[in-house]
Amino acid sequence: MNALTLTLREQPRHALDVSFLSPDRLAGLDHEAISALPLCNGNRRQQLSGLFDIRGDDTRELVIRNSSKHLHGIGTGMASGLIRIEGDAGDHLGQDMRGGFIEVSGNAGHWAASGMCEGTILVEGNCGEFAGGALPGDRQGMCGGTLLVRGNIGDRAGDHLRRGHILVEGNAGAYCGSRMVAGTIVVLGKTGLKPGYAMKRGTLLLCEIPEQLPSTFNDCGEHNLGFLRLLINSFATLDTRFSELCNGNCRVRRYAGDLAVDGKGEVLVWV
Amino acid sequence: MIINGVTIDETFAEAFDMKATRVLITALNHRWARNAADAMTGFATSVIGCGVEAGIENKLSARETPDGRPGVSVLMFGMSGKDLSKQLEKRVGQCVLTSPTSAIFAGMHGDETINLGRNLRFFGDGYQISKLIDRRRYWRIPVMDGEFVAEESTAYCNAIGGGNFLVLAESQEQALTACEAAIDVMQRIPNVIMPFPGGVVRSGSKVGSRYKALPASTNQAFCPTLKGITQSQLSDDIESVMEIVINGLTDDDISKAMCLGIDAVCKLGAKNGIKRVSAGNYGGKLGKFHFHLQEIMA
Repeated sequence: MNALTLTLREQPRHALDVSFLSPDRLAGLDHEAISALPLCNGNRRQQLSGLFDIRGDDTRELVIRNSSKHLHGIGTGMASGLIRIEGDAGDHLGQDMRGGFIEVSGNAGHWAASGMCEGTILVEGNCGEFAGGALPGDRQGMCGGTLLVRGNIGDRAGDHLRRGHILVEGNAGAYCGSRMVAGTIVVLGKTGLKPGYAMKRGTLLLCEIPEQLPSTFNDCGEHNLGFLRLLINSFATLDTRFSELCNGNCRVRRYAGDLAVDGKGEVLVWV
Repeated sequence: MIINGVTIDETFAEAFDMKATRVLITALNHRWARNAADAMTGFATSVIGCGVEAGIENKLSARETPDGRPGVSVLMFGMSGKDLSKQLEKRVGQCVLTSPTSAIFAGMHGDETINLGRNLRFFGDGYQISKLIDRRRYWRIPVMDGEFVAEESTAYCNAIGGGNFLVLAESQEQALTACEAAIDVMQRIPNVIMPFPGGVVRSGSKVGSRYKALPASTNQAFCPTLKGITQSQLSDDIESVMEIVINGLTDDDISKAMCLGIDAVCKLGAKNGIKRVSAGNYGGKLGKFHFHLQEIMA
């Protein structure tokens, strides 16, 4: 069996809701049924085969070639399997994901990994805003799993994050980890304005001193924290630069906050 | 059976069901990991009076521990999961949490678990922090030297307690030297502990007593000073008897430890005053595991 491969014939001009594209929801469908899946393209209804060349039959592994930023909701509710996206992905990538692995060779749109409970999303490029964050009206963002971004991540990453890890090898935008409830965000590059704004609990681990921390964070001094080695060791399977963080020691400066909302969170800055 | 002049009695050690858990204690260096483990496994020689039986199983290098620091693994045996849980929590709270630079982790994984840091976290008085890493929950408890990291729970399993053998010698010194030689090799075996001081017990007991309050009392049949007034198991030339008690996770582990221990004793041989190796049992009434000495040494 070969991986089910969908090749986009041309870049769409409209947003396409392809939230049904996940191994679980395609399981058991034959080539004909997959080809006939309905799709709204602007004000027209089309079949999937009208936009994609479809090859292969193993729905446990889904490959989307020539992918576009207009393909929204890829991997929604996915519980198992693998999605490999060659190109960009739109908004809501891996929305409410419960397991499995999604790999994007390009960039991902806004709200990636929102509501995700388990599994792993790897974005080789950049991620838009509110990655791992809560949708408007939701009280929790990502609540498990790992989002790994090799590039940069937009503003408000991890907004209302409840559990899980967001790992950013590049830079993070403003208000990273805003309103976090728990979980961990690690940023190797720079962070924008006010990281950890209104965070209740959780850990924001930064490798560079942020330009501006909210004034409601208090400096607790430098420390060697043993749990960091456990945390960093857990990234070893992901093939990232994060696993090299603890090669020396695990010494960080700890800022406790946000004191405006109970202050049980922390911003740790590697020293 | 005679090995190097030492008679191996045709008898068996009688052992019984227990529950066991393993925890890993780490610290800044081996000295402090050991200090914590020594305190935690102190006063844990026998369930009769201590609630649990515990001992250090192994020294661990930094590469073998979850947080990359030197450590030791500790095995703890109790008569039930409940006993084990109660004692583990108390001992970790009083002996490991208090020990500088220490951290504690589960050394066993499975469905049946007991608390490790789950309740100890409240020592943090609201400042404790939970971290879920690789599906395992850890508690970071702020303490005066930094943070105490404790895994939330550890698993426990069925195990065996009470494997044993007796070393019968011409003198105290010779019995002790033989036991020390046995302990030196047995301590290298994983999955077993010898819970008594230095691994050796000189007060082997029988079940019951003429005093109603006592569940166990001295085993007069092996007391050399009572040879003339009891149904003694000792010949005239035996002046001292010492016992090594072994708890293990499986009967194979105990058999292996007994075999190596008895072999070390026999290497000293009759020329060093070692006359016999025997074992303690209760006529097969107490435990379902019988370790026959001659079968083990065959």
